[in-house]
Amino acid sequence: MSAPTLPVKARTPIRPARVLLHVFLAGTALAWLAPLLWALYAALRPYGETSTKGYVSWPDKLSLDNFTNAFTQSDMSHYFGNTLIIAIPAVLLTLFLSSMVAFYVSRFDFRLNLFLLLVFTAGNLLPQQVIITPLYRLYLLIDLPGITMSGKLYDSALGLVLIHVAFQSGFCAFVLSNYMRMLPHELTEAALVDGASVWRMYWQIVLPLCRPAMAALGTLLSIWIYNDFFWAIVLISTGENMPITSALNNLSGQYFTDPNLVAAGALLTAIPTLIVYFALQRQFVSGLTLGANKG
Amino acid sequence: MTTDTNGENPEAASVPPPGAGAPPVAKTAAKAAKKAPRGHQRLLTRRDRLTLGVMAGLPTILHIALVWLTALASIALAFTTWDGIGFDSIKWVGLDNFKELFSTNPQFWPAVEHNIVWFVVLILIPTPLGLFLAVQLDKKIRFSRVYQTAFFLPVVMSLAVIGFVWQLVYNPDTGLINSVIGANKPGHYIDWIGDPDLNLWAVLVAASWRHAGYMMILYLAGLKGVDPSLREASSLDGANEWQTFKNVIFPTLRPTNTIVLVVTIIEALRAFDLVWVFNGGAQGTELLSILVTDNIVGESSRIGYGSAIAVVLLLISLVVIIPYLVSTFRKERRS
Repeated sequence: MSAPTLPVKARTPIRPARVLLHVFLAGTALAWLAPLLWALYAALRPYGETSTKGYVSWPDKLSLDNFTNAFTQSDMSHYFGNTLIIAIPAVLLTLFLSSMVAFYVSRFDFRLNLFLLLVFTAGNLLPQQVIITPLYRLYLLIDLPGITMSGKLYDSALGLVLIHVAFQSGFCAFVLSNYMRMLPHELTEAALVDGASVWRMYWQIVLPLCRPAMAALGTLLSIWIYNDFFWAIVLISTGENMPITSALNNLSGQYFTDPNLVAAGALLTAIPTLIVYFALQRQFVSGLTLGANKG
Repeated sequence: MTTDTNGENPEAASVPPPGAGAPPVAKTAAKAAKKAPRGHQRLLTRRDRLTLGVMAGLPTILHIALVWLTALASIALAFTTWDGIGFDSIKWVGLDNFKELFSTNPQFWPAVEHNIVWFVVLILIPTPLGLFLAVQLDKKIRFSRVYQTAFFLPVVMSLAVIGFVWQLVYNPDTGLINSVIGANKPGHYIDWIGDPDLNLWAVLVAASWRHAGYMMILYLAGLKGVDPSLREASSLDGANEWQTFKNVIFPTLRPTNTIVLVVTIIEALRAFDLVWVFNGGAQGTELLSILVTDNIVGESSRIGYGSAIAVVLLLISLVVIIPYLVSTFRKERRS
């Protein structure tokens, strides 16, 4: 009646090398978090106290006042709203458009396919500053009276959505076409023989199968577009219309005498991305590496 | 940007089609199967073709109009002067913008140099650190997830926010460093952000802080693809940890290394947000991207001149992008 000998050897002896490794990793991790913890500590302390006692000192009082002040005084909810108006359509449109291109490129054998994919992929690798000058002029030229608040493509949420979609669809088309290529050809061939339309093949067969890749890309895009600073700085001129990251830049100019408040504002700005990251960690990481490694 | 923004992908491209490497009979069968879609295309109705045209055409028009035509326009404008007011004021000036840029602009060569320094620092410090961390975390140790999250957190945050967070560390009178080392008294300041000899390095610490986590994730993904039997074989042969890494693991990471190199070069060329928030690219931290932006956002709109800087940036990027894409797509065509 011998019991299975499995769990007995689970406890491995403590090896000094392992302990050393943990000490090293824990130390480095702590050092890595230090700037963020420092910002948090500063944000939790009232400005009056730090200005008399200095920043490196024991706190008399910790409170969330800086956070509530930063949030209400600077109308952050408004800027978060601006970001949502830009990011949600941009992410959805990018996924939609790039999946269509990927479908075209990967499921059919047209002559132009490889070239088309090359155009998209290369476009995404360009530094944004290479195209900004003419883009800025173009945005000023395009009149959209009544459609956008500014009456132009410039200084509008629509303008930012369009450039995000155009720029990011390069990356997504490339990743999705690789993903779609791995789906068995028989699936769509059978549908074609049965007389299904091309649109139906895309919408009802291929797209549902791409859900994992779409989820990963969606997470990645949300974070990238939320974090965008450059397009917003150049293509939005009215403070009111700015998304949160570039609005923060203005606010810090306003409040630069109170670093505690700036710290609170910066941390508040980072919260949505941190939530998305912790909630969808797996998708985020697989999205990053979907581009870099096999499936 | 971000940044971001890239991590493209040679590997997925090189996934062999099922059937590659199989006996010749299966190979011809696979070939026949590959040819099939072309035959089936005859099944496409006119409406299907129209649908496909719209499906591929719409995104392509948007992408080409906003990315490629503007890139071409940058090149054209680089040979002109234009104040941006009315098309009549566009004047062809040939190479004048470039001549001025290369000879008289005091910020240009420092900017080129800083972009190069940016790349060299990123590839020499955070990249090997990221690889080292990845190798350690790949050992299936406890709390691996916790460590991973700590190193990766900066990658999730906006570079602009990172700029603000690091200002709290560098600020001359209230910052962490000066407070700790006692350099926060007037007259004894170490001005990390204002001193042109220091500020580039200060920004690069923040940039490296973020880059290491990014590289760690890419290498972790690469390490997952290493065949465990290779490791076993190597330890049976009596190789120690370092020998195994050097002779067995690292060579198999070649595809990841390529991506890491491309990502790092592109990040170095794109570097912008952090510096813009830090000190707007004032003395000591000039970058090509900042110079381009200054010509648009600044009060004097010198479009031709700004475009000339953009063209320099474009040419440097293409030197990296073209060979990378050629090798990636060559693999693609083969499969």
